[in-house]
Formats: sequence, structure tokens, C-alpha cells
Amino acid sequence: MTTTGDHRSRTEAPDAGNWSTGLARWIAGLVPRGQWLPGRQPAYVASWIYVFGVTTLAAMVVVIGTGILLSVRGANWWHHSAIGHFVNSLHLWSVELFLAAMTVHLWGKFFMAAWRGRRGMTWFTGVLTFAASIGTAFTGYVMQNNLDSQWISTQAKDGLNAVGVGARFNAMNFSQMVLWHVSLLPLVLGVLVVLHLLLVRRHGVVPPIGATVPDGSEEPVEMSGTATEEVR
Amino acid sequence: MARTPRDTTPDSHAFPTRPYDLVKEFCIALGAVIVIVVILAAVFGSPDEPAVTYKQWAAQDPADLVATTAGELAGSSTSAGYGPPYNTASDGQALGPLTLQKWGGVTTPVDAANYFVIAPLTDAATDPATRSALSRWKGASPDQQTAWASAYVDALGQAPDNDPAKVAAGDYGPVPQLCAAEVRLASTGMLEGRFTTGGAFYGTDSTRSLLFLADGGYLESLARAQYLGGDQWGMMNETGNYPGQPWLWFVSLWYQIPPFSTSDNADVQVFTIAGVLFLILLLVPWIPGLNRLPRYLGVHRLVWRDWHSRHGS
Repeated sequence: MTTTGDHRSRTEAPDAGNWSTGLARWIAGLVPRGQWLPGRQPAYVASWIYVFGVTTLAAMVVVIGTGILLSVRGANWWHHSAIGHFVNSLHLWSVELFLAAMTVHLWGKFFMAAWRGRRGMTWFTGVLTFAASIGTAFTGYVMQNNLDSQWISTQAKDGLNAVGVGARFNAMNFSQMVLWHVSLLPLVLGVLVVLHLLLVRRHGVVPPIGATVPDGSEEPVEMSGTATEEVR
Repeated sequence: MARTPRDTTPDSHAFPTRPYDLVKEFCIALGAVIVIVVILAAVFGSPDEPAVTYKQWAAQDPADLVATTAGELAGSSTSAGYGPPYNTASDGQALGPLTLQKWGGVTTPVDAANYFVIAPLTDAATDPATRSALSRWKGASPDQQTAWASAYVDALGQAPDNDPAKVAAGDYGPVPQLCAAEVRLASTGMLEGRFTTGGAFYGTDSTRSLLFLADGGYLESLARAQYLGGDQWGMMNETGNYPGQPWLWFVSLWYQIPPFSTSDNADVQVFTIAGVLFLILLLVPWIPGLNRLPRYLGVHRLVWRDWHSRHGS
């Protein structure tokens, strides 16, 4: 039996106080309609430099995948298994590629002044991602259980201790470094990457320096949400 | 303060568009990355120089282990005089009036003489000579202990090849016997386990075993042979011909040049500089002048040369 209440819920606008619909509207408004995965990009997006952002993302997927494989058998597996050593090699080279691509991406965006047009937070989250990546890689190096990790951790401790960080972040504590490497820092990195990608899709790819919209171009896509930053 | 020009960057969504497949681009990139990584891993592999053990140290460089042990007893080793976070023997490094290291506090207490030498020997020694040496050490005043150990450290430094067997006669108390017992204990392979577990069943904290190892010269000699020394761009490198962590250049760089290369406070100075540089990079969009620098560098014209050739700059 259909109630009056059921009928009203289908015919009237969503309740302004409804948390669920409010959250749904907020999520939908984070990125302009059709811009989550658009089939077209601005005509000026035509350079090899744009490849390095997506290459960074692809390399990160390989880093995570090989890291998960290493995690399954424990921290020492790769020392006494040929397969484990190969997986470790995959992990190492994917990390090298990941940070190399990210570095080119970062400097490319610097030379493009990619923070223009209210994109300051996009740059901000990108640089934080770079820092978190360096930290994640470092914790990986000091949990290798070999001569490299012995030397790197005992050298790095002096810098970390000198600024007071070593009292809480102990590069020589194996278990602490393992947990930071496979849990805490990847979590931070994941959140930052999601935020960064969201901001990229929200604001779109930064136009060329000094460019103006050619005559006859379409009107800007309507964007809702709460972006308030303005870079001057 | 001069006003910076208002950002007049137009909305990217207002520009004419062209077909672009983000998902396909990602899949192609992923495939390319996998192929490159598999090739690199198959051809070059990854470094895995085995960890140094105390047993290896005792066998390869017993004189260094003796000297390190004597230094722990004398309180002259790096760990014994380190300060926070291991002890209060010093304030540690300072940046002008800022004693950041001291502010961190002592969170991993290390009583070097007792933890590295006396306690493990007390637990493990069964021979009468070592027990007698331990009793004599424990029965002496702290000043006497320091005098014995310091004299032995000096004598070792003056002995030919720093060989304990060639040390000149002197009043060293039980220190030579304790050092020899430490080498014998290390030779059994039981010492690192003692340090790592600290008496607990599960050994998960390698801090103290690494501290004692780093107090000696043996680890450094192995590291320098692999070009890992601090003046060899240190922790950026890895054993073998591998790229290591080149992204740490902005930290390692400063250690190579004066005044940091000779400063007693090099670590805090270098890490502070690296931190400030990072903050500048992070805040570039909001730093007047720096945020307009790319306009004048001209690299952007290369990136968007196709657009500029069609629409003018």
C-alpha cells in the first residue's frame, strides 16, 4: 500500500536537511559536470610534459602492487628467495621510475606556473605528495635488513635527532620503519594523491601563460562547490 | 608593499577542446611502466649486501671492536656522549640559541657502558676470569672506572696498528679483560640478539644494536668502500652501481660544502636549510615575485609552442 509519505518523497525536492542527499550533492559538485573523466581536453593540452603526470600515477600503481607482493611473505622473504629478490627489484625500479616521473612532472608544472587560476592547492597537494613519497621511499631503504639499511639509518639518525624529530621518528627502529612504510605513509600518500587528482579535475588543466579564450569559444562550465582560494 | 598583479588566468573549461582519452592514456602508461620496470629488474636486479654482524666484526676487525668497547666503558664513544634522544651527556646540536635536539627529549635511553658491555657480559660470562673482571669493575667508583677505560683507550690509540696485544703496560684495571670478553661474546653470534631484544622475547627494535655498530669504525670502513661515506654523498647512494635515492640531493649537497662540511652543528643546519627550501617550494604560489618567475624563464613557450603558434603569445 502506497503511503502519502512515499508519494511525497518521489515528487518533492530533496529535503535541505537530509545529510545523505547533501553529501551526494557536495560530491557531485566537487568537479564540474562531465569533468571527472571527460572525453576531451582543452586544445592547448598538447605536449609531452603532460605524460609525466599520468606516468607518475601508473608507476605508483606498480609500486603499490609490488609492495603488496613483498608484504605477503614478510620483510625478509626477498633475502632468501630468487622470486622474492626479483619482486624486490621490481619494487625498487618502479620507485625509481615513480620519483623520476614525479620530479619531471613537478618541475614541468613549475615552469608552467601551474598554480595560476585558483590552482594553488593543486600545487600544494602535489608538493606534499612529493615530500610524502620521499619519506615513504626513505623508510623503505632503512627497512631492507642489509648493509644499506644499517648505514643509511645510522647516518640519517643524526639529522633527524638534530632537529628533534628522531626522538619520535626513529630510523633505526626496524618495526617502526616497517609500519610507517607499509601503513602510515602510504595512507597519507593515498589521501594526498586523491586530493590532488580531484583538484586537477575540478579546475582543469592550467591554460598557457598569457592565453585568452579565443573568440567564439563556449561558455565556461558551471561549477558548484566551495572553492575559495585565489592565487594572486 | 607593492601589489602583485591580479591573476587573470581564464577558466580552462572555456577554451576550445580536442579529443583526449584519459583512461587510455593511463593504461598505455601503465603498460609502458610495467615493461620498463620488468626489463630493469631483470637486467640490473637490486642490491642486497648482507647486513654486518657482530660475529663478522669480531672476526674481521677485532681491534676495532676492542677499541669501541673501551670507548663505551670510558664514556668517550659517540653514543655515550650523544645527548638526546639517548642520554643527557650533552645537549646535542644547536641552531644558534635553539637546542632542537634537546627539546626532543630522551626517548630511547642508552647507558652505553652498562647496556653495550657490562649487562651482556654479566648475562653471558661463565668463565672465572671474566666474572672476576666484572666484579672488580662494578666495585670501583665511577671515576676509577673512567680513569681505567680512558687510559686503555689512549693506549690502544698509541699501540702499533691499534693492536690490543701491543698495548703498553699501564693501569687499565679490568678493562682489557672486559674488552676481550666482549670480542669472545661477539664471536659466538649472540651479541646482536641481546641488543635487539633487550631481554624481551620478540626483538623488533634494532636501535641499540645499530648504535653500538655505528660507534665502531668497521661499519664505516665497509660503507666507504661502497662509496657511502658522508663526504661521498652519503645516504643518497646504495651499495653497488644503483641509483639509490638521488632525490635526497638537496640534503646531501650541503654536507659537501663549507661551512657545513666542517661544522659541529652540520646536521641541524643542513636539515633546517632543506626544510626552509621545501617550505619555499610548497608556498611558491603565494610568494610574490617567485610565483611570477616562470613567466620570465620562458620554458612555458616550449610547452605551449603549438598553442602559441596558432593563437599568438
